[in-house]
Amino acid sequence: MTALSDTRPAGVPRTPVGAPAPRRRSGLRRHRQRVALLLVTPALLGLLIFFVYPLIATVFYSFTHYDLVSSPRWVGLANYKYLFTQDPNVVQAARNTLWFVVFMVPIRILCAAAVAALLTRPRRSTGVFRTVFYLPALVPPVASVLAFVYLFNPGLGPVNRVLKVFGIEGPLWFNDPHWAKPSLLLLAIWMMGDVMIIILAALLDVPRDQYEAASIDGAKGYQKAWYITVPNLRPVIVFSVVTGVIAALQYFTEAAVAAGVASGKALVGEGTGSGLGYPEGSTLTYPQWLYVEGFSNYALGYASALAVVLFVVAAAFVVFLLRRTKSFTGSGS
Amino acid sequence: MTQLGATLDVAVGPGAAGTPQPPASHRRRQPVLLWVAEHVVLVALAVLFVAPVVFVFLTSVMNNDQALTSSLWPDHWAWSNYAHVFQVAPLAAWFGNSALYAVLATAFMLVSSVPAAYALAKIEFRGSGLLFTAIIVAMLLPPQVVSIPQYVMWTKLDLTGTLWPLILPNLLGDAFSIFLLRQFFLTIPNEYTEAARIDGAGELRVIWKVVLPMAKPGIAATAMFLFFHSWNDYYGPLLYTSEADPDHWPVALGMATFKGAHSVDWSTTMALTMLVMVPVVVLFFFAQRAFVEGVTLTGVKG
Repeated sequence: MTALSDTRPAGVPRTPVGAPAPRRRSGLRRHRQRVALLLVTPALLGLLIFFVYPLIATVFYSFTHYDLVSSPRWVGLANYKYLFTQDPNVVQAARNTLWFVVFMVPIRILCAAAVAALLTRPRRSTGVFRTVFYLPALVPPVASVLAFVYLFNPGLGPVNRVLKVFGIEGPLWFNDPHWAKPSLLLLAIWMMGDVMIIILAALLDVPRDQYEAASIDGAKGYQKAWYITVPNLRPVIVFSVVTGVIAALQYFTEAAVAAGVASGKALVGEGTGSGLGYPEGSTLTYPQWLYVEGFSNYALGYASALAVVLFVVAAAFVVFLLRRTKSFTGSGS
Repeated sequence: MTQLGATLDVAVGPGAAGTPQPPASHRRRQPVLLWVAEHVVLVALAVLFVAPVVFVFLTSVMNNDQALTSSLWPDHWAWSNYAHVFQVAPLAAWFGNSALYAVLATAFMLVSSVPAAYALAKIEFRGSGLLFTAIIVAMLLPPQVVSIPQYVMWTKLDLTGTLWPLILPNLLGDAFSIFLLRQFFLTIPNEYTEAARIDGAGELRVIWKVVLPMAKPGIAATAMFLFFHSWNDYYGPLLYTSEADPDHWPVALGMATFKGAHSVDWSTTMALTMLVMVPVVVLFFFAQRAFVEGVTLTGVKG
């Protein structure tokens, strides 16, 4: 039900001629409309200035050559042609970002669901465990990255030392092109607390009587899980998948900081372009490439073309999400 | 043993109520095994989750030479590393910048977003559906999509090189905060706001006297989300602050360059890492309920 139409419930009868009460009420309604507009005006301006206008401008810039010094010069589809046929890095960047979408999103949710399931039984220690699993999600990501690059550093890192005790020669982790992304995945699993809390709340929200009714009907444990728990979790899973995909599409900070620290290069200043993607471009994500082109090379026109492609992909997911508005915004309930 | 029994009763209770009871001995043994198995898994997982922080802490109090050896426990506790961090980097300025960014952004967001969220949740007005849809879309799009024209805009206003391009937009509402606040306000029964209106209260008075007191946990949670988002922000400051001017960096940006630029040794770097982690953990323990409620409501409610 969109709120565009329904200022008055459909069934409300129009009262006949000049009854005083309705007139006062409709005046009140008009007054409230004005107040509502007043209340949302700042947000509306914000949307126009920081979202609608930039979106339009990005599309315009993407057809131009623009370096921030001289004004934009129209180049037609040249940026897109370069993007899809010549750019030597965009394929690798897009593949890396796709890797994070495909592996990070489902694995994080599965881990979060598993831990949440362990925490559903009421017990004395639940609060402690919940805190332990949730806290890493709150730690500033840059600090977590520093910690993980240290823990997993190949020479003297505690992880490889512990592995050695078990006779395992640990990999080079953040310094190995094949292991850098999985290392970031481990970090993401450590930081899964926000997803875990959401799933845990949904699990605890499943009406008890549904389980009781199923038990009376003689349902087995796995049947109850499949026919009661999973359907009840669906809105939360949909929400986690969509927000997870959106987050993976903009995955920037952890990969950038890990590359900078593991390569030993400072990431601000001189090293901004060169440090990203270490090792061998294996952690270069699509938004990072956009950043390098736009703000290190000042190819703002080309970076805008990259942004438009990112927008189209992200928008596809947003549309998918809005189709399920009921499970998300609550306007259906 | 009584404690164990009590736990088991709780564990078995709800599911078993009303079902024909199996023989008591059988009913007991399986949950005991299950209880042990679950706790073994939980404790093992918890150890894995805590271990990173423990190792970071232990390394932060080793001296530099020992941090380069294979020992896991510090020989003597070198607390001086924590003082050393402040000497090698403009840490006070970094923390100050982060605090300024986070506090102002949060304050500005509250002033602009609470009224908007209230209007979306509690007043029927033309275009509210469209506005809400736009807010969701803005909230979900990667910030990189619109960062180029925004950057051009702030360059023309000559505000790049500072954190203001990240603080000022909050005066005009923050999409995620509006969304979250609206979800909280929806849970306030309409009877309360209607009653206040019938008593002759204007909308601002309804917000002030009815909504604010009733939605305190929700508003606190939303404020904390934005506070932490700003405190942790790396991409925004990387974009807007100047490379040549570390004194204007927030701590998230500064610490990313710390290893290498200011210090080559791990023990000092880990001391800095601890210094950044600890305030967050302390704040969490003071505001645990608001946090958990907030995260929960983003996904489940509504």
